[in-house]
Amino acid sequence: MATVVYKVADDVSTDAIYPGRFMATVLPEETPQFAFADDQEFNGQLKANKIPSGSYIVGGRNFGCGSSREQAVSCLKGHELVIVARSFARIFLQNSVNLGLKLVTCPEIEANLGDTLKLDAAELVNISTGRRFAIVPLPQSRQAIIDAGGLIAYTRSRLLREAANRSVEWKTIG
Amino acid sequence: MGMTVAEKILARASGLAFAQPGDVVEPKVDLAMSHENAALVINQFNEIYQGTELTPRIWDASKVAVIFDHRVPAESPKTATNQKKVREFVAAHALAKFHDIRGDVGGICHQVLPEYGYVRPGMVVVGTDSHTTSHGALGAFAFGIGATEMASVWALGVAVNVEVPATIKINVRGRFSRCVGPKDLILYLIGQLTAQGANFKVLEFQGETIEQMFTSGRLVLCNMSVEAGATAGIVPADEETARYLSEEAGVTDSLDLVQPDPDAGYEREVEINVSALSPQIACPHTVDNVKPVEQVVGRPVHQIVIGSCTNGRLDDLAMAARIVKGRKIASGTRLLVFPASGKVYRQALAKGYVGALMQAGAVVMNSGCGPCLGVHEGALGDGEIALSTTNRNFKGRMGNPNSEIYLCSPAVAAASALTGRITDPRDESL
Repeated sequence: MATVVYKVADDVSTDAIYPGRFMATVLPEETPQFAFADDQEFNGQLKANKIPSGSYIVGGRNFGCGSSREQAVSCLKGHELVIVARSFARIFLQNSVNLGLKLVTCPEIEANLGDTLKLDAAELVNISTGRRFAIVPLPQSRQAIIDAGGLIAYTRSRLLREAANRSVEWKTIG
Repeated sequence: MGMTVAEKILARASGLAFAQPGDVVEPKVDLAMSHENAALVINQFNEIYQGTELTPRIWDASKVAVIFDHRVPAESPKTATNQKKVREFVAAHALAKFHDIRGDVGGICHQVLPEYGYVRPGMVVVGTDSHTTSHGALGAFAFGIGATEMASVWALGVAVNVEVPATIKINVRGRFSRCVGPKDLILYLIGQLTAQGANFKVLEFQGETIEQMFTSGRLVLCNMSVEAGATAGIVPADEETARYLSEEAGVTDSLDLVQPDPDAGYEREVEINVSALSPQIACPHTVDNVKPVEQVVGRPVHQIVIGSCTNGRLDDLAMAARIVKGRKIASGTRLLVFPASGKVYRQALAKGYVGALMQAGAVVMNSGCGPCLGVHEGALGDGEIALSTTNRNFKGRMGNPNSEIYLCSPAVAAASALTGRITDPRDESL
């Protein structure tokens, strides 16, 4: 269970999540300070560590549209936020899977700032209103990356497997 | 059932005879492009190899392109240091397709890739930039990815776990009227589809209007397909694609002009007739907030931008120069022009466009992304209004959340520069 700490409308772009002027900053340990930088109040709360990990941002449709900048994901991941939205833009969704930012696709979600949400396997419960909302699981194709612990770990294990196979072939031929 | 262009390309790149929407495939990548964010890709690439005894190795150095365009020349020591690091990596890994900050071979990535013939019909192209969709204009399947995904491509040479998207057919008929063109068509379409209407889908552009359109215009359509959420935009490769690659990019190889099957399956079809289309304007603060120019004429503008990966090509500058030639830009309004590449800049100089624009009062800047993403060059003051041929008008996009951005064609931008207000370029009194 955790609280909704921020609520936004449809079509929130990665420019809003991580403004372009901070894009020279790339390291995941440095990007969180610029999350929602143009909203001084929320950004201030994040920087002051007033937002507990696991807190929810609730968005509308097409959350994360626009630029492919990965900082828009790493800055939210750095604060360990969970993003609930009616739908997500494609590149943002893929970047989140790759970096391990938790997304919940919940097409009917209705929640207000301060509401308490509880995430179950197949639904999201708004404890404050008593309403329950179905969630859409991520496509199965993304699961292998999540299971591996992100795309870095997934790719690393594939390279290691390929290297091991090559070494077996080499021994067989040799 | 037959296949769309996207399905054909993804099937072939994945070693399959057939692919349909929803299939999960692993296409081999033909071209992998990054700009300054290669700095982050390099970090992630090295991270992949952390804790292993493997040596970091790019799968195919001839297929990786790095083009500096977002912050050129560097606006800060931090950017300059990132660019230096990327240069060193490019040299160490012998990456062939590197375009540094130069007036000869430099430019915006989405102009440089076609200009140098790096993109061919039937290719799978990935780029760490959402406007990588541009390259569908040459009949490739081209899509934007994040930096970590690019690091994985550099290591493996494939895009992992790609779901084959469904395709929406956009059938375009009719002839554009004077001062109306591809930018107006794509803005109109985004207004119809909405910013999310094509999320996880491909837009395949067909019809007589597309067949008669030059590659420069097709690049505009595919470039902005992502603003409707599309994974990719594609124009099936044809004689014009072959002409462009041969005449303008010097490509002599034989080309595979991938066409959709006659019985290809489309999720839906959208019909557009452009004959009666007005110049279109995307109003603040979303790209799908599109209105015909008639509804916004007269709005005062402080800064006008002509350029970007959407509209910084030679025909765009020609249109702007023709409109402002011998006239003066209104006082209180500034016009900034960013040719899309060094080559475009030199051609525009030779043809007198740069001179005409400057004599009218325009400031012609170096090639690059300019103020489009709010990084440097051309910031807006509080309460100011920009009119721009770029592709995004999100709040704060040009660096100041207390400003507004309207998007338009080069013709509208140039006509409006003369009056200082949003102006219909078809106005005979101009």
